Parts: sequence; structure tokens; C-alpha cells
Amino acid sequence: MPPTRLVVLAWGNESRGDDGLGPAFLARAEALPDPAGVASTFVADFQLQPEHAVDLDGRDLVLFVDASRTAEPSYVFRRVEPARTATFTTHGVAPGVVLGAFEATFGRAPPPAFELAIRAERFDLGEPLGERARMCLEEALAFFAALRGNASAVAWQGMVRGP
Amino acid sequence: MAMQVDLETAPTQTGMRRVAIDPVSRVEGHGKVTILLDADDRVHQVRLHIVEFRGFEKFVQGRPFWELPVMVQRLCGICPVSHHLAAAKALDIIVGATRLTPTAEKIRRLMHYGQILQSHALHFFHLASPDLLFGFDSPMEKRNIVGVAAEYPDIARKGVLLRKYGQEVIRVTAGKRIHGTGAIPGGVNKRVTTEERDVLLADAYKMIGWSREAVELVKRLHFANVGLYNSFGAFRSNMLSLVAADGSLDLYHGDLRARDDAGRVIFDHASYEHYWDLITEEVKPWSYMKFPYLRALGPEDGWYKVGPLARVQNCDQIPTPFADAERREFVDFGGGQPIHATLAYHWARMIEMLFAAEEIKELLHDDDLLGDDLVVTGASRRRGVGVIEAPRGTLIHHYRLNANDQVMRANLIVSTTHNNQALNHAIRQVAKRYLDGRTLTEGLLNHIEVAIRAFDPCLSCATHALGQMPLEVELVDAAGARVDALRRDGDGGIARNPE
Repeated sequence: MPPTRLVVLAWGNESRGDDGLGPAFLARAEALPDPAGVASTFVADFQLQPEHAVDLDGRDLVLFVDASRTAEPSYVFRRVEPARTATFTTHGVAPGVVLGAFEATFGRAPPPAFELAIRAERFDLGEPLGERARMCLEEALAFFAALRGNASAVAWQGMVRGP
Repeated sequence: MAMQVDLETAPTQTGMRRVAIDPVSRVEGHGKVTILLDADDRVHQVRLHIVEFRGFEKFVQGRPFWELPVMVQRLCGICPVSHHLAAAKALDIIVGATRLTPTAEKIRRLMHYGQILQSHALHFFHLASPDLLFGFDSPMEKRNIVGVAAEYPDIARKGVLLRKYGQEVIRVTAGKRIHGTGAIPGGVNKRVTTEERDVLLADAYKMIGWSREAVELVKRLHFANVGLYNSFGAFRSNMLSLVAADGSLDLYHGDLRARDDAGRVIFDHASYEHYWDLITEEVKPWSYMKFPYLRALGPEDGWYKVGPLARVQNCDQIPTPFADAERREFVDFGGGQPIHATLAYHWARMIEMLFAAEEIKELLHDDDLLGDDLVVTGASRRRGVGVIEAPRGTLIHHYRLNANDQVMRANLIVSTTHNNQALNHAIRQVAKRYLDGRTLTEGLLNHIEVAIRAFDPCLSCATHALGQMPLEVELVDAAGARVDALRRDGDGGIARNPE
């Protein structure tokens, strides 16, 4: 049986305090070995943009990872669907917009996608991750280990937490 | 030259209301537009406020100089490679590398044109095309990249794949898509393999074809509504850019050329090594961002615009055939006079994207690209200036080091700063025409944003604001009391008089 091809996309600016949660997550997650039956690919960027749709091609499962001001208490894990309307800003787009761009680019439905949003509070220039952000990062990484051990859309749907 | 300054400072603020738009959506960083109305609800004063990101210049102080090319990429999430290369060029001077090896220079050029391609594609396809394809007054739900994907899937698809191709060029030359370390003081640290070159070449001609289609699309849009496109936010100004030694368009390196609003050369082939002899910055009490101007003309007449509209008209030719043919058509459209239409930025930008695609193909066919001689050094210096034509315009990095090779002082002049006065003028023109009264509508506000987006400004060069970019409009009376307000949230919802 071929392995589940998982792609993890994380974004943020490591020079802006907790905004660096995405890249910090990716650096740690990338260093962990894949469990049996999973082949992971990791993509880091400053911002999520529509062309990241191309990174989803040929994958079975997608995980978006970002910092979030609103995630409570430590992280939120939810299903993402292709957006029918975009957020107003394209200062960086939402994961659903990337899925919508995938549909436009490839003319078919994107692979099942989920978002792991990690609690963030401070975004000052030159600041490291805050104390709470570091704690939330550890919890999110532990949760990711559980996700990777059950890498299927059905299993992940049962692990959704938060709004 | 008669530069318009009449709206910058109202004679009196008595009896005026203030309309504030904060922040400007779909641009990097944060901005705020303030419009003072007189007692008869006519536009009396307009100012674009931008919080300039000078913090980064303090941030790099004390850091060893070799960290800079990687560190400065965090300035901008859209064009990190421009900062990477401008810093590396400044540090070339510091390590005495006055002339790079052919391989190193061509790898850097390839990286830069990959950046130009992807950034211009982002700007046109993802940020501007929704306004241009659907109209400035179209519903917000439609006027975004998802709306384009629904109604023009081929355009959206090509926008995505052009961006992706540019990112791949960057990955091959810089080592990674972000935090690349490709350019180092004195050269590059990564060679391009034959296999990498061949992979990029396989799609290079397709990118040229799609870029030609993009130029046709923007021309079609311009010609379809030529009256609006020629007049919207139009203003006359000087123009500044780098040009190559033979006067050609060169976005990686050259000397400075400035023309006046009629196209006459003000100075030419001026070395940027002492840019402060040519350009200086004015401070205005109402703005955090400085106002650069040509020293020879003074602050009243010396301000200028940078970026695609300036570059395509400042140069004598473009060294690739398809782009030069488009440049000639563009210049002919002006009928012997420079084009100052703000919306013509999009047309010029697509000509540059075509140039970038052609230049990438040329570089990929150049065997110097595959060489191994990557770094040179020479007599070190304490100060270095690097200038590059970033996607949005001229970008200056200037560093001074102490005896421990640490940054003692940094001065960065980004394209948005160069365009500061020009942006104010474009907004004024739009506000005078469309904002006359007390009624604030989404359509009216978007006209101002359309003008700002034509310049594609970074504004504060900040990156990744967590999507928290609501658009807020506030109407404040002469006494300072808010009489009306609109806020457009990140999800597109509109709230009137929000808390």
C-alpha cells in the first residue's frame, strides 16, 4: 500500500515575535521521522499565497500551520474547504483561498485539508517567541505527532478541536 | 515644472471634516488616508499616512555584516529577494568585490528576474486584476482572486503558475524559496547545475508566451476604457530609475537617470555610490515617512516617481525583442509625451514581466551560468551602497561598519518612500474627482485603493500581518467628533460605526 503523501505548509516571519510560530513548528516537525505509511513534505514561506496551490498537487492530505491571535487555549485544529469568497486583504491569503486556487489551476478538487492554528500574542520586531507561544508550540507539536500517526482525512476529522 | 501642491496643506482647518481610511487594504503594511472636507463637503486636503518601517535599520545595528543578506529578507514578504540582493550589492563594495565573476553576476541576475516575474505576477493577477476585470465599483465578494478564479479561471491559473515559476527560479539560485543564502558578499555560494538549468528551461518559453498574453490583456483593458485609464489618478512628475551603460532597461545594475515630466533628462549615468548628492529627503510634520526629492530641483519641484512606469519610459530600449516591441508601442501611445497615467503602471509592469521572462530564458541559455568561479574579494571598506530596481521601484541599501565588522549605521530607502509624494498626488486626484460629499461607500473607497495599488506599494515593508487588515473609514467633524464610520473586516463584512 503506498504511503499517505502529507504536505505541511507553515508560514510567518521569525523576526516578528510569535509570528514565527509557523516556521518554528516546521523546523521541529521536519526533524521528526515519518511514521510507517506516511511520506511528509514540508513547505515554509513568509506568507501563504495562491501559488502554494501547486504544492498541494500529488498529495493525499494537507496541513496548514500558522500563528493565530484567536486560537484558544493553545491551538485550534479544523477542516478547511475551498473558499468561495476571499478575505479582503491579500496581505497573505487564507488557506481556503489556496484550495480555491488549486481548483482553478488544476480543474479538480484539492486534497483534504486541515488547519492547525497556534495561539500567538506578541508580534514586535526582533522579539523571540513569547513564553506562552513556546508552550503552545510544544502542545501543537505533540498534537501533530498524533496527527501524523493517524494520517487520513477520516481520522483527522475526528480529531477536530475548536471552532 | 508646475507640481501640484495645492491640496497638501489646507489654508485653514476651520469648518472641515476628516475622512480617514485606515488601513489601506491589499497592500503590504499599513496606511491611512485622511481627507479634510470643507464646510461645503468639497475635498480640501488629502494626505496618505504611512508608518515607515525604520525600525529595521535599528534592528540590524550591531549585527555582523555577513548576516545582512539573509536578515533583510524579513523586511518584505512579497519581494525578499530584492532586499537580499540590494544588501549583497552593498556588501560587495565592503569586501572589495568591485566586479563579480560572470557566473556570480548571472546567477544573481537570474535570481532577480525570477523575483521580478513572480512579484509582478502577484501584483497584476492577484491584487490588481480583480479591480480591472470587474470594475472598481463591483461587489467586494467578486473583486478578489477567488472571483477571478471563478469567472476567468485561465487568467487565475496562469497567474498562479507564473508565480510558481518565478519561485522555482529563486529556489534554484538562492537555495531555498525563503531565507535563501544564494547571494553573499562578493558573489554567490551556490552554483546552478545543468539539471536545474534544464528543468527551468523546459518551461521558460511557456512563461514568455503567457507574459505576452498578459501584456495583451492589460492593453485590452486600457484601450477598452481609455478615457478612464488615461485620467484616473493622473499627475505629472519627474521619473527616476537605474539604466544600463547603453541606456537599456536593466533592473539589476546600472547608473541613475532622472527625467522631468516632459521626458527631458535631468541627470544621466550618475553613479549611485554617492546617492545623497543627487537625492535627499524632506521631513514633513504630518508624516512618519520622508519625502525624497532630487536635490538639484528642491522639494517643491524635485519629487519623482519610481517603478515600472518610470523605468519603461526612462530607458532608451529594452534588450529583449518582445518586451522592446511592447515598450515602443507603449511610448507611441504617449504621442511624444511621457505617459503619467497612474493606471498605466499596470501596462508598464506587464511589459517588465515579459522582459523578465525573456531575460530568464537568455540567462538559462548562457553557459556562464553553470560555472564554478563564484566569489571574489578585494580591499575592504567600511561603507557600501547597493541599489537595485526592485519590483516596485528603486531600492537603496546603505551600510557603515565599525572596526569589528558590525553594522554601525544602516539607511534603507525603499520604493514606497521614493513614491511617497507621487502616491499622495495620485490619491488627491482621485479624491478630488470621486470623494465630494459626506457619503462614504465601498465603491468610493476602492477608487482610492485602486490608485494606491497601481504603485503596488509595500507601505511599511512589514510582513505577514496575520490577515488582520480591516479597512476602516471614519468621518470626523471639525470638532474632532466622529460623525460616520465604515469598517470592512477581513471576511468582507461591513460594519457601520464600529466600536
